[in-house]
Amino acid sequence: MRWSWISDHAGELAMTTLEHSAIAAVAVLCGLVLALPLGVLAVRFPLLKGAVLGISGVLFTIPSLALFILLLPFTGLSYETAVLGLTVYTLVVLVRNTVEGLASVPPNVREAARAMGYGGTRTLLTVELPLALPVIMAGVRVATVMTISLVSVAGFIGHGALGQLFIDGFQRDFAVPVIAGVVITLMLALVADLLLVVTQHALTPWTRRGR
Amino acid sequence: MGELIAEVLRWFADGTRWSGPEGVVQRLFEHLQYSLLSTVVAVLIALPIGLLIGHTGKGAFFAINLASFGRALPTVGVVILVFLVSGLNLWPVYVALVVLAIPVIVTNTYAGMAAVDHDVRDAARGTGLNGWQVLFQIELPLAVPLIMNGVRLAVVQVVATATIAAYISFGGFGRYVFDGFAQNDLAQVFGGAVLIAVLAIALDLALSGLQRALTPRGLALQRRRSNR
Repeated sequence: MRWSWISDHAGELAMTTLEHSAIAAVAVLCGLVLALPLGVLAVRFPLLKGAVLGISGVLFTIPSLALFILLLPFTGLSYETAVLGLTVYTLVVLVRNTVEGLASVPPNVREAARAMGYGGTRTLLTVELPLALPVIMAGVRVATVMTISLVSVAGFIGHGALGQLFIDGFQRDFAVPVIAGVVITLMLALVADLLLVVTQHALTPWTRRGR
Repeated sequence: MGELIAEVLRWFADGTRWSGPEGVVQRLFEHLQYSLLSTVVAVLIALPIGLLIGHTGKGAFFAINLASFGRALPTVGVVILVFLVSGLNLWPVYVALVVLAIPVIVTNTYAGMAAVDHDVRDAARGTGLNGWQVLFQIELPLAVPLIMNGVRLAVVQVVATATIAAYISFGGFGRYVFDGFAQNDLAQVFGGAVLIAVLAIALDLALSGLQRALTPRGLALQRRRSNR
């Protein structure tokens, strides 16, 4: 094992790690932007709920690699293909957790808001979404960790960031880049998860009151 | 898009596609072999760990966070790493799939055990059951629905991920995905993806049937009542 490979390529590894984080972050943000309205609609219209949850469940059974390849005719061997494919996977978790979070808001809280003269949109934005936040954030954590690991699959279409190290190691029969890729991916997931826990802590001060 | 779908249908309609050593039936058996063997081994490893942690209450933090670790582990990296160490055989596939499946089963088994009502456990103790009897006659049956949820999640992930076997030159439905990609034949990739998705959904449905059969009657009745 030539471990010195890691120190020789420290700069490149740092850049790749940044690129990896950017791809994952953009994918999760896009997923959230799509999942929140979809989740709200699904809760408002029960007919839609079955369809939205059903479709996102089926999407989850498609191997990520096949999804990336099938997006190729539309977006080519590009960065967008990687982000788009990953976004689709985050939807499964994010939509389900948005629906569950909104459904977990006690009906009497909603009625109290209505009684105080809150309209539908105001109730949603100032009462329901904040109360659903812990469940939604739990989904964001799962989606983020999952996406950070899945970015490497986009390596097969040339945009795997740290996943590129796996393919590189495979082609050169050299394990050090592969080990480095696995370890950095795990650490990145851990750091991202911790950051999200801190964010959630800051966003939901009321969950700590009275403890 | 319409053209691609027509091509995929033609791909499926081709009679020679289905039989022979490279036919869909053969690929199905290979895919099932990788997926089921890995899941069974993962259950054999994960179930005792989850039960032990749930029964003793020790290591709860480990059990809760293991699923997150499992999600973070890049399977492609694991396959290639084991491949570089063990060479051209099926070990990389099995190791990666078992490692993929274990965390979610451990976490769900623990969650199922943790959800068992304390009063029920105390009552079982009070009637004179010993630790093993409480575990196997009370806790395990009551935890079955959540344990099976974990197994179902694991199976769906394992079936989708078994695609990777084709990367290191083995079979399964992943062959269509990798070969189609290499030959720029999207219909073949699409066909492979559909076969994998259908297999995952079929196994999930079969396991949900098993889940219903294994759920104790009292628990099923209680759930039906609370849903009303």
